[in-house]
Amino acid sequence: MGAVAAPDTHMGAQMRQKLAGFARTLRDNGYKVGLAETRDALGILAGPPGARASALKPALRALFCATHSDWERFDDIFDAFWRGRHMRQARILASAPNAGLTPARRLDTPAPSQGRPGLPDDTQRRRDGEGDASTDGRARREGASRFENLAATDMRHIVDPVDVARTHALAARLARVMRARLVRRDEVRRRGRRIDLRRTIHRNVSHGGTLVDLAWRRRKSKPLRLVLLLDASGSMSLYTAFFVRFLHGVVDAFREAEAFVFHTRLAHVSASLRDRDVARAVDRLALMAQGIGGGTRIGESLATFNRWHARRVINSRTAVMIVSDGYDTGEPETLAAEMGRLRRRCRRIIWLNPLIGWRDYSPQARGMQAALPYVDLFAPAHNLESLAALEPYLARL
Amino acid sequence: MPLNREDISARLAAASYIADRDIATALWLMEFLKRPLLLEGEAGVGKTEVAKALAAVHGAELIRLQCYEGLDQNAALYEWNYQRQLLAIKTREGIGENADAIEEHIFSERYLLERPLLAAIRREKPPVLLIDEVDRADEEFEAFLLELLSDFQVSIPELGTVKATAIPRVVLTSNGTRELSDALRRRCLYHYVDFPDVDREAKIILARTPGIDTSLALQVARLVAAVRKEDLRKVPGVAETLDWAATLAGLGIHDLREEPEAVYDTMICLLKTHEDRARLTREVSDRLLGKVA
Repeated sequence: MGAVAAPDTHMGAQMRQKLAGFARTLRDNGYKVGLAETRDALGILAGPPGARASALKPALRALFCATHSDWERFDDIFDAFWRGRHMRQARILASAPNAGLTPARRLDTPAPSQGRPGLPDDTQRRRDGEGDASTDGRARREGASRFENLAATDMRHIVDPVDVARTHALAARLARVMRARLVRRDEVRRRGRRIDLRRTIHRNVSHGGTLVDLAWRRRKSKPLRLVLLLDASGSMSLYTAFFVRFLHGVVDAFREAEAFVFHTRLAHVSASLRDRDVARAVDRLALMAQGIGGGTRIGESLATFNRWHARRVINSRTAVMIVSDGYDTGEPETLAAEMGRLRRRCRRIIWLNPLIGWRDYSPQARGMQAALPYVDLFAPAHNLESLAALEPYLARL
Repeated sequence: MPLNREDISARLAAASYIADRDIATALWLMEFLKRPLLLEGEAGVGKTEVAKALAAVHGAELIRLQCYEGLDQNAALYEWNYQRQLLAIKTREGIGENADAIEEHIFSERYLLERPLLAAIRREKPPVLLIDEVDRADEEFEAFLLELLSDFQVSIPELGTVKATAIPRVVLTSNGTRELSDALRRRCLYHYVDFPDVDREAKIILARTPGIDTSLALQVARLVAAVRKEDLRKVPGVAETLDWAATLAGLGIHDLREEPEAVYDTMICLLKTHEDRARLTREVSDRLLGKVA
C-alpha cells in the first residue's frame, strides 16, 4: 500500500507546483486569480476531472475565467502552458492592454514631463491681463491665482514643464470636481413622490394604525454616465496630452465612465486609464494615442463604436462626449449616418472642438459639417476654463 | 452522492437540453465547488435555458429573479403584506390590545411575503435560483447579492436573521449591458455561452419542433448561421430560429432551395428591426440560400 501511495503524493507535489505556475502565468496575463481559485483548482485536480486532460481544460476554464476576454484567451494559454507549445508566443499574444504591467513600468521612468508628445514649438504665452478678463466677476473654485491663469491659457501655449504638470493636475481635479457637484445636486434637488409603506406603517403603529406620519421615498437618481471619444490624430496632437489627462481624471472620478481613443481606428482605453499610477496610465495612453500616420477616420471609428461597444456602454442616461477637430478623411456620409445612429441611442452628444477657441473659426471641415446636425452641444475645448463651463450643462441632463 | 459529469450529460439529454460538452463540466463544477455559475453571452443564445435544464437535472424547483433597473430589496427579498397589517391593526385595536402586542403580531411570519431570494433559501429541498440579467440591476443591488451569495442568510430587522435551510444552486446571467464587479465575477464560475454551432442548432430544432425532418432542420440551422454573419443590429437568437423552423414546417416546406420566395417572406421571424429587414433584401436572401444549399 505504502509503495503505491508514495509515488502518488510525489505526483501530487509536482502537480501542485505546476498548477501554481499555471496560476502565475494566468495572473501575468491579467487574470484575477486568487488563492481561493488555486485551492479549488487543486480540488479539481484531485477529483474526477483531474484524471482526464480533456475534462481538465473546461473545468479550469470555468474556474479561472471571469470575463469574455479571459474566456477567449484561455485556450491558448492553457495549451501553451500544459502542452509546452508556442509558450512564448502565446504569452505575448495573450497580454491584453491592461495586463502589460511590466513594459509600462519601464515607460514611466525616463523624462517625467519633458518632451511629452504633442507639445508645440511655439513659446508664446498669454500674460495675466488677458487671462483675467474672462474670469473677472465670478470667483473660481480652483484656488490659486496661478492656476486661474493657466485655466484660461490655450493649452497650445503651455510649454514650461512645471506649468504642464500643473495643467494636468488641474484637468484631473476639474474632472473630479465635476463629478462631485453633479452628484450633490441630484441629492438635494430630488424629492420623493412615493410613500414608503414599510416605514410608514412601522412608524404609525403607535397611532393605532392611523397614518399620521408619512414616510416618503425619494427617487434615487442614477448618476450620468459619460462616454468620451478622443480624437488622437495628428491635427489634434497639440491637445492630445492634455485631454488624455482629462480623460484619466474623468474615468477615475466617475463610477460610470468609458473612454475611447481613435485616429485611424478605435481603441477602448478605460482599463488602461483605471491604473492608479497616473503618470503610467497617461504615458501608456499617450503612446497608444500616437497615430501611426494616415488620416483620421472619424466615421469608421464611430461605426466600430456603434457596432461593438455602444450596446454595452450606452444607456438612456449616457452623454457622449466627442473631442475632435472634425477633420475627417473618410466619407462625410458615413460620419453622418453613424452620428445619426449614435444620436438615437444616447441622451446627448457633446462635441468639443478645440478650434472653436481660435479666432475666426467657423466649422467648415466637411466632417464637422456632416456631424453638426446630430450634436446637442458644440463647445470649445481649447483651455481648462472651457471644460469647466461644461459642468452646469452636464448637471442639467 | 453527488452526480458525476457523465450523469449530468445524460440527464441534460433526458431533459431534452442539447448541451455542448463544456456546459456539463461547468454544471458539475458548480456542484463540486459549491459556487454560483455566471453565464454571459449575447441575447438569445439560451442562457436562461441552462438554468431550466439544471433544475431538470436535479429535479429541483426553479426560482427566478428577473433583474431590472431600480430593483430593490423589497422586490427581491421580502415585503410585508401592508393591507393585512393595516386590517390587523384596526381589528386588534377594537379588542383593546396595546400597541406593543399589535406590533409584535403584525411583524410576524403571517404577514411576510416571500420574494424570490428569500424563497430560495427557505425551501426544504435546494432549488435552482436563476438571477436573470443581473447586469440590469444597479451596483448596490449587486453588492447586496454578493453578501447573500456568500452567507446565505438574510436579516429582516423586524423578525431576525433567516438562515438558509438548503443552499440553492445559483445561476446568474448577464447580457453585458454593464460591467459587473470583479468581486461578483470572482465569486462565480464563468461560462461564456456562444451561439450553438450548426450541428447543435439542428439538433435543438429537431428536439423542439415536432414533425420537422432532419434535412430541413439542418438547412435552417445553416441558413441562420449565415444570417448571423451579416451585419445586423439584432442578431437572431435560438428562439427566433425555432420560430422560423416551426413556421417553415407549418407551411409544409421540405427543401428551402425550392422555395426561395417563402424563405424570404418568412424571414421576418428572424429579423426584428426595420433596418435589418431592409438590409436583408431578396438578393441577399437568395445569395445566402445559394451558399447554404
